[in-house]
Amino acid sequence: MAQTSARSTPWVAASIGGLLILALLAALIGLVWIPSAQRDTRISGLWNAICSAAGLVQPWRPARQPTAPVVQPSEVIVTATMMQPADSLSIGRGATLAMQCTMCHGARGMSRADSPNLAGQYEEAIYKQLRDFKSGHRRSAVMAPLVQNLGDQDMRDLAAYYAYLPREAPETPAAVPERPAIVTSGAPMRNIAACESCHGGIDHKPGSPRLDGEPEVYVRAQLKAFASGARGNDLYSQMRNVARQMTSEEIDAAARYYSRR
Amino acid sequence: MLNEDTKRLVLAHFWLGFAAFAVAVLLGEWQMYIRSPVRAWISDPELYYRAVTAHGSAMAYVLPTLVAMGFGYAIVELALKQPLIGRRWAWAGFILVVVGVVAAMAPVSMGLASVLYTFYPPMIANPFYYIGIVLVVVGSWIWVGLMSVNLHAWRKAHPGESVPLAMFASVAGAYLWAWTSLGAAIELLFQILPVALGLKATIDAGLARVFFSWTLHAIVYFWLIPSYIAFYTLVPRAIGGRLYSEAMGRLVFILFLVFSMPIGVHHLFQDPQVGAGVKFMHAAFTGLVSVPTLLTVFTITASVEIAGRLRGGQGLFGWIRALPWHNPMMLAVAFSFVLLGFGGAGGIINMSYQLDFSVHNTQWITGHFHLIFGGAIVIMYFVIAYDLWPHLTGRALKDMALMRAQLWLWFVGMLVTTFPWHVVGILGMPRRMAYFDYSHPAIAPQAMAVTMSFIGGLMLVASMVLFLLVLVRGHLAERVSLPEFRFSTPAHPTGRLPAVLNGFALWLGLMIGLSVVNYGFPIAQLVFLKQTSVPAVPIGTGG
Repeated sequence: MAQTSARSTPWVAASIGGLLILALLAALIGLVWIPSAQRDTRISGLWNAICSAAGLVQPWRPARQPTAPVVQPSEVIVTATMMQPADSLSIGRGATLAMQCTMCHGARGMSRADSPNLAGQYEEAIYKQLRDFKSGHRRSAVMAPLVQNLGDQDMRDLAAYYAYLPREAPETPAAVPERPAIVTSGAPMRNIAACESCHGGIDHKPGSPRLDGEPEVYVRAQLKAFASGARGNDLYSQMRNVARQMTSEEIDAAARYYSRR
Repeated sequence: MLNEDTKRLVLAHFWLGFAAFAVAVLLGEWQMYIRSPVRAWISDPELYYRAVTAHGSAMAYVLPTLVAMGFGYAIVELALKQPLIGRRWAWAGFILVVVGVVAAMAPVSMGLASVLYTFYPPMIANPFYYIGIVLVVVGSWIWVGLMSVNLHAWRKAHPGESVPLAMFASVAGAYLWAWTSLGAAIELLFQILPVALGLKATIDAGLARVFFSWTLHAIVYFWLIPSYIAFYTLVPRAIGGRLYSEAMGRLVFILFLVFSMPIGVHHLFQDPQVGAGVKFMHAAFTGLVSVPTLLTVFTITASVEIAGRLRGGQGLFGWIRALPWHNPMMLAVAFSFVLLGFGGAGGIINMSYQLDFSVHNTQWITGHFHLIFGGAIVIMYFVIAYDLWPHLTGRALKDMALMRAQLWLWFVGMLVTTFPWHVVGILGMPRRMAYFDYSHPAIAPQAMAVTMSFIGGLMLVASMVLFLLVLVRGHLAERVSLPEFRFSTPAHPTGRLPAVLNGFALWLGLMIGLSVVNYGFPIAQLVFLKQTSVPAVPIGTGG
């Protein structure tokens, strides 16, 4: 078996020194030379260039220029945990408040007037739409006056109540058509994700309403409103970008499919 | 010779690894089928991501970890010629891995963890997926500890002697894994699990990605080290040659230890949260990590040339013809080098900041790492198993023709699978998509290439079946009495080895120091940056 030698000092010095030189060279090139050689008008001076290359976040220029006012599609940022688990008190209060909704949305959240069915709808979806109606981010001559006097807790209670109600099957069930391609697969070349990847079926993403059993007229009208920009309370134009790219046949197919489910 | 219980231990590691591998190969080929124009669009793309998650987790965490662990335990007894100390602990580590695999794969198969093996926060899966991965890693940390303990016991009994190369390399791999797995462990324990368990609602995805990159690159070298051990310590012996230079072997494993860690930010070239200068530093050191691979290619080619010349090969290239091409180990090392060459060339493109922009997140990347890991590395895992099997089972492995066919199929299959991926990647095909509209004129030309990859995948499936067949037949063959297991001998006596090439203290110091230099600032900066967390996106919450 080979023996080891104790003469290792030159190795230690060479490897530590060599590595230090390598690291220093790389740092000089990456953090000093390249950033200072690039003429970026927003960054002045060597020190700022080094900070920029290191990834420091700082305002490079005093915010003197007036910036355009930010127009937000909604004030509500939907997250998976934004709704507290609903208690029976909240549901009960919601049931009382919902008395004024029955004219259009039905006594137990099932509409006979082509208004959306709310029974069994996701809580955060109802809550977001109520807040958007109130703030004016979603416009509706019917809903706007009705939500004006609702406080935040009222809206949470309403959402809890409707989410709690069971979705009733229609009295005369229509044959469910085959799942259209737009629902199962979207259209990859037009950047349309499958409806089911957010609205249930494949996965449910927070804020996306459940579409099963919603009135055909309503779904079609909303898709057309997103496409024309008449409705725009979707963050990052999520739905507007999809609806704009959909053909009217695809809109019809999706609306018909979901209304019969 | 191997102790009877150690044989069972090593076989258990290998078989669990290969079982996960077999399932993952089938899933991989199913994904190619789904993506290809051979089939209509999948009606539930979530199934595709489920399969990708299972394939990635099995191939990245389960197979290589178990092969490294099993091979490492075998090396302790075969190279150090001492019984494995802490065999009960080794079994405990194995059981942790088993429990971890089950805990992780159950939510994956239920569709509750389709977050891919790279985790991708703010997507958040079922907590059992992460807990399972943590258990696998903790099980492997037991292995790290045992490798270190066994080495120290041997050193005590053999003062002044140089550690056998196989053990030296295996321990280097263990230390590398211990240090590099820390990044993902921190990400899982302190960032992801609190969210998955419902204790927090937001997560700093940028910081999480930096922590994962800490693990993500050096993990490849952890996968690679068993194959490199085979290059240096099995190949020359198996083909009747000599190892050209043992000192070079040690240097190579040391260079991996130092340079494979602080380079992971090249996986984040397109991420905004890391500065361009930091990216440059990581790119520079990524360039350096090609040095040990080039050293290996030259050293092993020289070792193989010695075998060719010993077998009577003459002239500049005559020794190549004289090589024992009927020997599976010979075939495997040649295939591995070809795959490593193509994969490495692609890797040098990926690590170039500017070139990466054109291939980032395309199918090119998938092609690159399948050539390196699925090709160069896994093909050596096959022959490691072939080489050890008789010593583990006490039975002969006689299906030479079957082994050759298996290796050929894997080699050709991997080329046929990955070359079209590179091509469609350059054409812009994204990776991780469940289906493509090949009827669209813009991507219609890619249909043929994707179909070729699908056919390559079929060859890989066939090869996987043959591999398992050879191993199973090995268990059923007649008993043989074997000569003592040998590792390759160096061409020149090693003589007096500098002490630094026999120990780890200096290199571990440099590894940690360089990691602090290259990762310290980006991590500290992101930790202290305010307002960087985003709401978590739970996966699989509603079907």
